Amino acid sequence: MDFILSIPVIGLLLQFTGYLVQVMIIQGPLIITLATPIALGALCGFMNERTGVVNIGIEGMMLIAAFAGWYVAAIVNAGAPSGGGGPLGITFPLLMGVLAALIAGVIASALHAWLSITVRADQIISATIINIVALGVTSYLNLLISQNPPLSAGSFSDFRVPGALADIPVVGWLLTLLLDHGPITLTMLVLVVVLQVLLYRSRWGLRTRAVGEHPRAAETLGVDVIRLRYRNVLAGGLLAGLAGAWFTLDYGSAFQGGMTNGRGFIALAALIFGRWTPLGSFGAALVFGVASSLGLAIRQTPPTGDLGAFLGGVPEQVFSALPYIVTIIVLAGVVGRSIPPAADGQPYEREGQGA
Amino acid sequence: MNWRRFLSLVAVPTLAIVLALVVGAIIMILSSPLIRGFDIGLPLVAYWALLQGAFSSFNSIVSTLVDATPLILAGLAVGIGFKAGLFNIGGQGQFLMGALAAAAVGAGLAHESPFVAAPLAILAGLIAGAIYGAIPGFLKAYTGAHEVVTTIMLNYVALYIVAWAIVGPLHLVGATFARSSDVGNAALPVVIGNNGHLGILFAVITIPAAWWLLFRSTVGFEIRTVGASPDAARYAGMRPRRLIVLTMTICGMLAGLAGAGEILGLSHFMPAAYSTNVGFDGITVALLGRSHPVGILLAGLLLGAMRAGSGLMQIQAGTPVQMVDVLQGAILFFLTAELLVRYIFRLRAGTIVPEEVQTVTRSYGGQTTP
Repeated sequence: MDFILSIPVIGLLLQFTGYLVQVMIIQGPLIITLATPIALGALCGFMNERTGVVNIGIEGMMLIAAFAGWYVAAIVNAGAPSGGGGPLGITFPLLMGVLAALIAGVIASALHAWLSITVRADQIISATIINIVALGVTSYLNLLISQNPPLSAGSFSDFRVPGALADIPVVGWLLTLLLDHGPITLTMLVLVVVLQVLLYRSRWGLRTRAVGEHPRAAETLGVDVIRLRYRNVLAGGLLAGLAGAWFTLDYGSAFQGGMTNGRGFIALAALIFGRWTPLGSFGAALVFGVASSLGLAIRQTPPTGDLGAFLGGVPEQVFSALPYIVTIIVLAGVVGRSIPPAADGQPYEREGQGA
Repeated sequence: MNWRRFLSLVAVPTLAIVLALVVGAIIMILSSPLIRGFDIGLPLVAYWALLQGAFSSFNSIVSTLVDATPLILAGLAVGIGFKAGLFNIGGQGQFLMGALAAAAVGAGLAHESPFVAAPLAILAGLIAGAIYGAIPGFLKAYTGAHEVVTTIMLNYVALYIVAWAIVGPLHLVGATFARSSDVGNAALPVVIGNNGHLGILFAVITIPAAWWLLFRSTVGFEIRTVGASPDAARYAGMRPRRLIVLTMTICGMLAGLAGAGEILGLSHFMPAAYSTNVGFDGITVALLGRSHPVGILLAGLLLGAMRAGSGLMQIQAGTPVQMVDVLQGAILFFLTAELLVRYIFRLRAGTIVPEEVQTVTRSYGGQTTP
């Protein structure tokens, strides 16, 4: 074994794979935490694209929601500061913050829905505009506020699996992996399963898939295409809002301009990689979670031996850029073989409505 | 082009600008309590200061031109892409790579003759931008990865490449913050006004060149055909894949040129965190200019004037410089929501069909183009 590991390139690759597995086991909970906004964003994209609306504005929706959630929580906290809070660190200001984030997500997605469904504007351009406006408006407001910033309302705390349970060999690890999270991550895990079941086992799921594949046929069978698209895009806004809340109320407790850092776009890649299903998107989000946590892991528990020496020589920027590079590779490798809903991105016109 | 068609072509962009100014005014009034107490006249003060800052003196007009130059180039980098049905959001990354390459070569040749150093540094910026634009073009043409996502990802990668280069190999020892060393003789000389550097010529030359490329050359005809209908292009014997790569390369080159101009003409060095939004502003410029070189020239001048005047606006009205971003966002919004603009101003519908812009979504997702 030692002989194989000492062959220059192959040995290094084997060592790296071993280290990656080690990182995944030790950093499991962190990977799921970092995958949360990506998974929620992918679910938002899923709600949109399965009904035939392309949404590349998830990034901007998250950013607006992150700002709204943080600011409202801080304002409420200043007015009615709360004490210790309940389980998971849930306090009244934080709940109001989440509510504000959800509302912000819905408002932003209502704009996108209106532009892409009713106005029938180019969906990619209209969503890009949401992204640009979101970045501009939140940075502008943040700058105005920064002269006398409100005191942050803090953030949710993680659930802790009781020690006795966590110590059971494999089960304990699985429990901590899935449950040692803040409320938003836990909600995400539930939503992934629920949406997956709904997509294939409910009337809503059937109609959604029909509208995404062949809206004309669905309309003929009595499905209100426009209404269903509106409903799903708005529901997607809730998910993007929740993803935004994760940034400022769960993972962190402060707002910075442009803090979503492309997570909304990585979510789109996760959606494509996950073949437009909730479970698949979640799996893909985990890949990006690994890519995001690798740099952190290498700093915290550097590998030993050749691999350590090799990775020590790699500039840290490479690890920071890793999630973005992985996204490009995934898109280049997978896209041709992953088939989107047939009506994805096509505005729908009722028969006889005229152009 | 007859008069009516011209009017209908400029109507929506003009009205979008007007509506954006109204929205900006409302936002200013609403946020005025945060600045110096509620003030309904604030927008007038702010817009007047904006105008003054952009046009009141020879020097301010020159700085409008200086600010407009990268916007025009970045606008062309997006607009030419639109003509081929490509949405290049990667202007930002291409700009940064062009800037970095120009800074690196400029710093290396800082003590050579200006006639050698400056052209080589500009060339380096062009090449770096071209390569960085060609990558998403290649990915789009041969793997089907949509350029919207890949270019955005490359924007982030570019940030880290710049950070690595400036902290690492190009680091200027002893500087108070992370930056590269001065470009010295590679700097573009100031020719008019306070800061009117030679780089202004880039825009002056590129606008007619782009017009010729798009409307008078064979390649331009092919680019426009691919944008209008890839199938028709293929039947006519054109090669859409190669054209996609070529178009993205040209786009990247223009954005890279913008980056080189900013470094060699204005800052003369590259900081580790180069804060710029030129790549995204290029999208506004291209949409506002309807992807036509002349439109892009006018749109670039308008946004350049807003940039140049924003400083005085902040001083006189207390509105943060970011107000300009809000105005730009509002312009963008009204451009997209063309239907809304037509409704508000009771314009006749259906006079304009901006085909070149409508094609972007078509190639999204799985379909491998051509």
